[in-house]
Amino acid sequence: MKKLLLLVLFVFVTLVTYAGGYRVSVQGQRAIAMGHTGVAVVNSAELVFFNPAGLVYLENKLNVSVGVSGVFTDVIFQNEDFGISSETDNSVGTPLNLYGSYKINDWMSVGLGVYTPYGSEVAWPTDWAGSHLVNNIDLATIYIQPVVSFKISDHFSIGGGPIYVVGSVSFNRNLSRTLSDIDGNRSNVTVEDSGVTKWGWSAGAMFNPTENLHLGFNYRSEIIMEVEGGEAVFSNLPNSTAVPLTNGATTFDAALPLPAELTVGLSYEYNKWVFAFDYNRQFWGVYESLNIDFGSTPTSPDSVNPRNYKDSSAYRLGLQYQATDKITLRAGYYHDESPVQKGFFAPETPRNDSDGFTGGLSYAITSKLAIDASFFYLRFEEVDASYDHYKENGQEVPFGGTYKSSAFAPGLGLTYKM
Amino acid sequence: MSKNIKYLAILALGIIACEPEFDNPIDEAEVFTSGKLDLTNYVALGNSLTAGYADGALYITGQENSYPNILSQQFKQVGGGEFVQPLMADNAGGALLGGTQILDNRFVLAFDDKGKPVGPAIYTGAKPTTDIANKLTGSFNNMGVPGAKSYHLAAPGYGNLAGVQAGLANPYFARFASSSETTVIADAVAQKPTFFSLWIGNNDILSYATSGGTGKDHNVTGNLVPSSYLSNDITNNNVFASVYSDLVKALVANGAKGVLLDIPNITSAPFFTTVPFAPLNPSDPNFAAQIPTLNATYAGLNMAFKALNVPERAIQFSATAASPVVIKDESLTDITAGLTVALGGTFGPLAPIIAAQYGQARQAKKSDLLILRSSGVIGKVNTARVAELVGLGVPQETAGQLSVNGLTLPLEDKYVLTPEEQTAIKTAQDSYNATIRAVASANGLAFVSAKALLSQVAGAGVPFDGGVVTSVFASGGGFSLDGIHPTPRGHALVSNALLEALEETYGAKFPRVNIGNYATVTASNEVN
Repeated sequence: MKKLLLLVLFVFVTLVTYAGGYRVSVQGQRAIAMGHTGVAVVNSAELVFFNPAGLVYLENKLNVSVGVSGVFTDVIFQNEDFGISSETDNSVGTPLNLYGSYKINDWMSVGLGVYTPYGSEVAWPTDWAGSHLVNNIDLATIYIQPVVSFKISDHFSIGGGPIYVVGSVSFNRNLSRTLSDIDGNRSNVTVEDSGVTKWGWSAGAMFNPTENLHLGFNYRSEIIMEVEGGEAVFSNLPNSTAVPLTNGATTFDAALPLPAELTVGLSYEYNKWVFAFDYNRQFWGVYESLNIDFGSTPTSPDSVNPRNYKDSSAYRLGLQYQATDKITLRAGYYHDESPVQKGFFAPETPRNDSDGFTGGLSYAITSKLAIDASFFYLRFEEVDASYDHYKENGQEVPFGGTYKSSAFAPGLGLTYKM
Repeated sequence: MSKNIKYLAILALGIIACEPEFDNPIDEAEVFTSGKLDLTNYVALGNSLTAGYADGALYITGQENSYPNILSQQFKQVGGGEFVQPLMADNAGGALLGGTQILDNRFVLAFDDKGKPVGPAIYTGAKPTTDIANKLTGSFNNMGVPGAKSYHLAAPGYGNLAGVQAGLANPYFARFASSSETTVIADAVAQKPTFFSLWIGNNDILSYATSGGTGKDHNVTGNLVPSSYLSNDITNNNVFASVYSDLVKALVANGAKGVLLDIPNITSAPFFTTVPFAPLNPSDPNFAAQIPTLNATYAGLNMAFKALNVPERAIQFSATAASPVVIKDESLTDITAGLTVALGGTFGPLAPIIAAQYGQARQAKKSDLLILRSSGVIGKVNTARVAELVGLGVPQETAGQLSVNGLTLPLEDKYVLTPEEQTAIKTAQDSYNATIRAVASANGLAFVSAKALLSQVAGAGVPFDGGVVTSVFASGGGFSLDGIHPTPRGHALVSNALLEALEETYGAKFPRVNIGNYATVTASNEVN
């Protein structure tokens, strides 16, 4: 009885998390269930994302993994001095992932992945206390990646491939804390663009000192998404030459980095157990400032929003237990450091350090087809934080209070092998 | 098994914890409290300051940012009730009576095509749609009535629509008075407020001040019958004391608690501090060109002043520094008769006319306050005076030369508050404030010194997270474009002062408002 309870706990209350910033760690149902580890786990076509080098060690000729998670996020905010509180009303994110690999011969496999590692949706109540920073943001990217994996020996393989990224962004905020039209409607701007594309790459290696021990390494390149000539719509501006803007649409240019990520890790198989550990280093330092330049003026950016992110790490642990022939149980935990530095806590990506608890299972319907279920719950500490670099008449005006976030994502997938 | 229960509990917690929740949510009890106050029915009494009047008009966003409305939002954290205001129909300000416009639209700040502020101008982007004749129904928590003096709150018929046209009743109160004969205080008491604020008495001296002291000071006349007062008069101190005590007595009769505000130094508002006493700058080529002629012309007059033993009235314009304007000071001995004789030789038949023009003239001193409206007339030809002079037989050209406001034609009394007039205002203000403080303490009510608050704003200013609120006209952030009434940010400041006083007196705990979130003046180029 006690053993069973422990097992239940193990499955449902293990640890996982979002990675900081607008990185969303939901790139595979089996991996999610194991704390989003995977750089050294030879298990399924999810390796296209986690470490293409490992694909060549998959036993089957054809491997397909598809999955989707429903990501429920919620952020609450309060400021005790001013008695204000707000809560986001985010819609449910549904990141998809599709992976397939095909073993061409004993030393080479090819694969294809479609996944969504970066994205963020945060919708605060319109005109809330921090509306001069953000009312709502919806950022989405889709990575499409062909890979190839070469076995150098039974002990060592490499893999990698180019990444084609398609992104979209929609962002609304008020222009200042007080600017409005004559009727008091707050002046705001929405910037929107979709179909923004860019190339990147990833490469990995796997080393198998013994049959049961895998060591993995994977690097995904930085990709700077550049919007040129996106649509910016200004609304509720006062009809005055005091404001050098007019209501209606203009263009905007902006750039948003999707930072590079380095992962090293290991997995160890013992009887019916698999243990995995991943270390992620996310190179968020590239995100120095969100600069938006409106119109086609040659002037410097009209809106400079320092972000000053730092590189950050995530530590991930995962366990898998082959309970029966048909049922495989998984659990995991991860600790994810926020890339946001003190004084730069902007409510558009309100992420502090978090702990993720994950669980899941696979059920083999046939020897070829399995259903994968996963679940994660991200626990954030309550944090007193502020964004201190919003400027009003040349003076920095902090905005802050107490934030608490949570994220919760059940997911389902299918794994097919032949 | 007990261990197993522990695991189950952990599991249950894990699932519940998916919804984020603060350790100390501010909307839960203990964080903020109303102390000894019952805030379920707050009624605010007062004048334009309470109503949210700003930019020379009453309009919706001004009302929404009135200090009583701001307070009511903070009160909601601790059980405060609904706060209903007699909202105007639009944000243009202005008002109609039976379809005819009787009140001007609001001011907005106009800018030139380079984005530089030009100055306040009447908003013309929309016509007013509030018709005073459209009576509002129901009772209102904000009973602030723009223009009301202390005794008006107890004056029957002050909200009689039929009396508005003739100026016998107040258009704003007429919109929501419960009957033509009711009083403001009666309508307030009838709502059985559990809590009230009272800020009244400003207009008892303010209208006198904004009129440049043209009214009567009833502390001098001794007139104790307010129904006989004209709008620009100063209310007698004893009348104020008696009326004020009665108002508070009526409000506390049912056991309501409340807060009283005193009267600020109205002459430190930008309406009185923006136009300098010496606005005539020789760097203005138009003015510089006139200086030699003006000084030559005034030389003769100055000799006459000397001869008549008033050499201190000599008028001279500097070619290197800003010069004071010429004003008419009614407190000066009228020397028209002596001047007529002295100027007879030079001006012949025109001497009596010129003598009368300068009989009480002098140049302004630092202690004189020029009101905001004077900026629009100084240096301009007064066409009415030209016509008057021509009618008296003065040749057109000479009449024109003698009619330049502040240069050749002394600025009329209505544009200047002389030190004597300022003293009359201060005497009344000090007495009113002594009354207010005494009534507050006698009734155990909270008290806020608006006087202290305004002197802070008008002095070093009040720092906030986005700068400093000062009383500088248009740009200081504290005062709206009429130079008298606060901006939303000014109201937010007042609100915080009130919250502090309520905490002290009644043991409550309220969240403050962030004054940086409140707007200042409104820019618009829809000014024709």
